Amino acid sequence: MSNVTNFHFKPYNVGRWIIWGAYALVLLIAPLLFSSSLSTTMLSQMGIAIIACLAYNMLLGQGGMLSFGHAVYSGLGSFLTIHTLNMVSNGELQLPVSLMPLVGGLAGLAFAVLLGYVTTKKAGTPFAMITLGIGELVWAMSLMFPEFFGGEGGITGNRVTGKGWFGISFGPQIQLYYLIAVYCFVCTALMFAFTGTPLGRMLNAVRDNPERVEFIGYNTQRVRYIAFILSGFFAGISGGLAALNFEIVTAEVVGAGRSGAYLLFVFLGGATFFFGPIIGAVLMVIAFVLLSELTKAWLLYLGLVFMFMVMFAPGGIASLIMMNVRVAAYGKLRRLWPAYAKLAATALLMLAGAASMIEMVYHLQLNEALGPEMRFLGLTLNTKGVGTWLGATVVLAIGVGLFEWARRRFAQEWNEVQEEIEHLNRRREAL
Amino acid sequence: MESSFFTISMLNGVSYGLLLFMLSSGLTLIFSMMGVLNFAHASFYMLGAYVAFTTAELVGFWPALLVAPLVVGGVGALFEKYCLRRVHKFGHVPELLITFGLSYVLLELVQLVWGRSAVNYRVPAALDGPLFTIVSSSASGLDFVWRQAPAQLCNSVDPSVVVSCTQFPAYRGFMMLVAIFMLVAVWLLLTRTRIGLVIQAALTHPETVEALGHNVPRVFMLVFGGGAALAGLAGVIGGNAFVTEPGMAATVGSIIFVVVVVGGMGSLAGAFLASLLIGVIQTFAVAVDYSLVNLFSYAGWAITPETFGYPVLRLTVSQVAPILPYLFLVLILIFRPRGLLGTREG
Repeated sequence: MSNVTNFHFKPYNVGRWIIWGAYALVLLIAPLLFSSSLSTTMLSQMGIAIIACLAYNMLLGQGGMLSFGHAVYSGLGSFLTIHTLNMVSNGELQLPVSLMPLVGGLAGLAFAVLLGYVTTKKAGTPFAMITLGIGELVWAMSLMFPEFFGGEGGITGNRVTGKGWFGISFGPQIQLYYLIAVYCFVCTALMFAFTGTPLGRMLNAVRDNPERVEFIGYNTQRVRYIAFILSGFFAGISGGLAALNFEIVTAEVVGAGRSGAYLLFVFLGGATFFFGPIIGAVLMVIAFVLLSELTKAWLLYLGLVFMFMVMFAPGGIASLIMMNVRVAAYGKLRRLWPAYAKLAATALLMLAGAASMIEMVYHLQLNEALGPEMRFLGLTLNTKGVGTWLGATVVLAIGVGLFEWARRRFAQEWNEVQEEIEHLNRRREAL
Repeated sequence: MESSFFTISMLNGVSYGLLLFMLSSGLTLIFSMMGVLNFAHASFYMLGAYVAFTTAELVGFWPALLVAPLVVGGVGALFEKYCLRRVHKFGHVPELLITFGLSYVLLELVQLVWGRSAVNYRVPAALDGPLFTIVSSSASGLDFVWRQAPAQLCNSVDPSVVVSCTQFPAYRGFMMLVAIFMLVAVWLLLTRTRIGLVIQAALTHPETVEALGHNVPRVFMLVFGGGAALAGLAGVIGGNAFVTEPGMAATVGSIIFVVVVVGGMGSLAGAFLASLLIGVIQTFAVAVDYSLVNLFSYAGWAITPETFGYPVLRLTVSQVAPILPYLFLVLILIFRPRGLLGTREG
């Protein structure tokens, strides 16, 4: 063996510094731009959701593991954190509040060590079913042990406890927001760093070609298990932050609904890109807080959007963004604007028709006592009138027809642009 | 244990297990034929119950027994044709995800049409009442009486003789009958008919089957529709035995996945065994009111609320019943990862 030293030229990665700097800046100034108490609460929840969704995507996007029970780890992290908080409040323990999310993280890690051993015995579809079973197991247990899970009422705590630190008591929401922001930034950075580690690379290989990984001597089950444990740790941190944020933890946090929401929004955001879950997390909070206020039928809309996304854009919003970034990089985005505008206008028309019908049915069912009149998009609709229903049907039909027409035109244009890009690429390679 | 209690619980357990099998057989069929794990399977069960409720209101229960599975099967076939087929090229995970999305949409649509509270879907009058009564008397032992036992049999004249009557509902018997009929029909269809041959061949050699002139996508559509129709049938006969409400999909949804994993992925016989096991275990567990505290005090140990781990020791078997299927799942995975009758690992 000769003693060869390799010299690497490693340019300063300016782009990466800009992106991470911008991310930190957004976390820093977001509460200054949106300073109402509602938006501060929402921003805090977004920070928590970002950690949870990124942790989830360590399994789904990077490991190809479709988990239906990830709320178990964030939820149990929440419970351990709130119990620790109460112990500190009672003077049984000394721990600064700012470190409590780590308690949640360690709890998530410990439970992932315990339950992940069984769960990661299988991959693929059986894995999905087993995580569902484990999730149900923990959910059923939460009803059996009211001492720990607090039964129906949940467990409450008070985050203003212990000695303040430079006048930071975490009483005001904005102080907690910055704690969440710090955790969010650090966790995002750590999880991004994980994607570059040998283990992170092995995880991708296990996702893409488990047989070959086995063949070269790695144990795929162990790789999945370790990734599962790490993911449980980050999920637990998000759970701990959630416990501090809401100061109450109910059994719902380990339920199937929460696990389903993680899956839904990570996928909507885009599991194939690292930043996809961040978009998903922001959407999740917006949907849970604003959309659910706006309409009773929000779960129906969510399910439909999800199904359309799976059918037409299986890469999620992140992949849509990256495809357009690619088009823009070749300077061809301007050509697509008119097609996009037509697509958006017809989609809105279609949506208005469908939504007015759905809203009218919901109104008939839930608000019968308020009379047949309801407000929708600034119009007063008579839910018992034949004319209203006919009008909505006509709007919907026209919308569907025009949308299909616009979609075909768009697809044609889009394919042309893609072909031109391919053509340019081939020319560049030939040069 | 009283033998009349044992007989009735056993029959109840078997009938519940057979219902679970009706549900999981559709799921197993779709999975083993198409490789698609249908997450909306329990939603099809719920849809079946609701459609049957409406049909029964309009034309009676017996037509509903035919109409509801057909409607649900049609919905399933349409879903396969317009949604699932489109996703097939993206791989298994998107296939699973789109059925997951469908479960949300179906739940909301059912709530949109039938409301958020339970509907009054009842057992038909012809099947109401007991199928037989077990009269157990401390003097003359067990006695079977068809239908309702006469009142004078259940009330003992002699105060020293204790008599108790336990009834088995006729509808439970009907459930068992339908399930067994379905099992035999599916088995015959798959193994003894030309359609069954084409279905089985389309699974392993789609190109060859296509070349022989069969429409493979249509075969898949039929299989998916058929699986959904089986779930719909389970909904028709399960909806009035239990409660027809929007939460009914969630209550059986995860249990049938446990059944499929415990039985061995894609094994119909395994699913049969596992559903019977889980049905019987759960039915017996619900009726047992003992806890570890009882056990230890029997052994002479005194357990007080101060004892370490009291919250765990205090739990009675009936309280633990809801988690038993999942514990079963965990144990199977540790000791026999391929499932009871599964043939392949992973």
